[in-house]
Amino acid sequence: MSVSLETIYVQSEDVVSRIIEDELIIVPLVSGIGESDDDLYTLNETGRAIWSRLDGAKSLNQIAEELLEEFETEAETVQKDLLGLVEELVNRKLVMVR
Amino acid sequence: MTLPVSPVLIIIYSPEMGYVTRLHPDEYEGLKGRGQIDIELTERCNNNCVHCCINLPEYDARAAEREMDAGFVKEILRQAAEIGFLTVRFTGGEPTLRPDFAELYLFARRLGMQVILFTNARRITPELAGLLARYPPGRVVEVSVYGMSVETYDRITRCSGAFDEFRRGVDLLVSHKIPFIVKGPKLPFIKDEKAMFEAWATTIPAMDQLPVYSMNFEFRARRDSPEKNDCIARFRATPEESVAMLAKQPNYLEEMAQYCSKYIGPPGDALFNCGAGHSVCIDAYGHAQACLPLRHPDYCVDLRGTTLKMALEERIPAMLNARASSPEYLHRCAKCFLKGLCEQCPAKSWTEYGTLDTPVEYLCEVAHAQARHLGLIGNDEYGWEVTDWKVRVARFAEAHRKQDI
Repeated sequence: MSVSLETIYVQSEDVVSRIIEDELIIVPLVSGIGESDDDLYTLNETGRAIWSRLDGAKSLNQIAEELLEEFETEAETVQKDLLGLVEELVNRKLVMVR
Repeated sequence: MTLPVSPVLIIIYSPEMGYVTRLHPDEYEGLKGRGQIDIELTERCNNNCVHCCINLPEYDARAAEREMDAGFVKEILRQAAEIGFLTVRFTGGEPTLRPDFAELYLFARRLGMQVILFTNARRITPELAGLLARYPPGRVVEVSVYGMSVETYDRITRCSGAFDEFRRGVDLLVSHKIPFIVKGPKLPFIKDEKAMFEAWATTIPAMDQLPVYSMNFEFRARRDSPEKNDCIARFRATPEESVAMLAKQPNYLEEMAQYCSKYIGPPGDALFNCGAGHSVCIDAYGHAQACLPLRHPDYCVDLRGTTLKMALEERIPAMLNARASSPEYLHRCAKCFLKGLCEQCPAKSWTEYGTLDTPVEYLCEVAHAQARHLGLIGNDEYGWEVTDWKVRVARFAEAHRKQDI
C-alpha cells in the first residue's frame, strides 16, 4: 500500500503500545496483525517519536515538520524515513488511515 | 519536550529488519523486562486427578468464597502491567472454572499482556474458543492430557465424562486455530497409550517436540491431606524410572555435560538457590509468593495490605535471604555437589515436611540415581561426601563434550 505525506494516520485500536523498561513494545490484540499471533514489535527512540505522533490528528507532512524542528536532519531524509516507517506499520496493520 | 538530536535514517532503518523490529516473546523476555507473572485463579478443579497437588473440588464453596474477586485480579494485572510484566500465566486448579475467566483474560490482553493458559480444556466452549481466536493469547495454550481413552482419562481424573469434554475442548481449539501444546503425567495407566498420545501430538501444529511428562509429582501444596500424599507417592516415578525417562531425551549426555559444568556444585547454607523471586506468583487468595509452590505462610505477602511492586521489590527479596538451620540439611544438602541435579528446595521441603530445610528423601534419591547414571558418583557414594567433584565434573564434561560441527 502506498503511503502519502498528505494523509492522516492513526495507531490501530487493535494494538496496545507499552513502555517497558524504557522500550516501546507494540502488542497486537487481535489475530491477523503481523506475521503471527505471538509477534511483538518495537521501535527505537526516533521510531517512537513518529509513533507517538500517529494520533489521527496530524498528516505525515505535519509530523515531518515537527520532526525537522526536533531532529538535526534533512527534510528529504525525514520524509523518506517517515514514509518508509509508516508504510511498514500500515502493511503490518499497526496503523491505519484515519 | 526536546528529543535527543539524532539522525533519523540511520537509527530507525536497517536493511535486515526494515523500520520495525519484530520480536518473539521469548527473545524479548530474555532481553529485559520482568517477563512473566503467574496468577493462580483458583485451587478448584473439575478433575480429581490421583497425582495432583492442588485440586480442591469444583464446587468447594468455601474455597470459591475466599478467591480473589474479579476486581482484585484486575488490580493485580494493572499493577503487573505497570511494573513491566509482559506475560501473565493463568493457572489453577482449572482457571476456566471461574465464571469471570473470559473477562479477566480480555482485561489482561487489553493491558497489552500476553497470556499463557494452563488448562485441561474441558471447559473450552465455543464462546471461549471464539474469544481466544479473536484475541489470541499471544502464547500457546498448554493443555494437560490424562489419557487417550475414556477409560484411562476418567480413571486418572476420577470424573465420569471428563474425556469427552476434553476432546470437545481440544477439537474447538483446533477448529479455531488456537495454538496449543499438550503435556501429561507419566502414570502407569497411560503407559499403553503413550505411543498413541505421542503420535497424536505430532499432528498438533504448535508441537515442535515430544510432549513433556511430569513424573516426580509434588505433594499437596497446602499440606491438606496425608491420604492424598500417600496416593501421590504411589504414583511417583521411582528414581530408576526417572533416570530412564531422562536418558531417553535426545543428546542427553551431551546436554547434561554442558549443564553440569555450569550449574552443579555445593550450594552452602543459602536456602534459595533457585530462580525464586525473579518473578512473582499470586495464589488464588491474593498472596504474592516467590514461586507458586512456596506457600509457607511466612513467605506469602498478602496483597490486600501492600502493592505488587512492594512485594516484588522489597518484601520477597528480604525473605529470600533465609539460611538453612536444620543440622541434617547443613550436613547433607549444603555440602552436596549434586544440587544442580536435585529438585530439593524450600517449597518442596515445605510440602513434604512442613519445614523449609528438611532434605526431601525422594528428590535426594532421584538426584543420586541420575548422578550414578552419569558416572559422577559410585554406587555407595553420596554427593556431600565427594571432595574432588570439580575433577569429576570436568572429566564428565570432557567425555561428552558437544562435537563442533
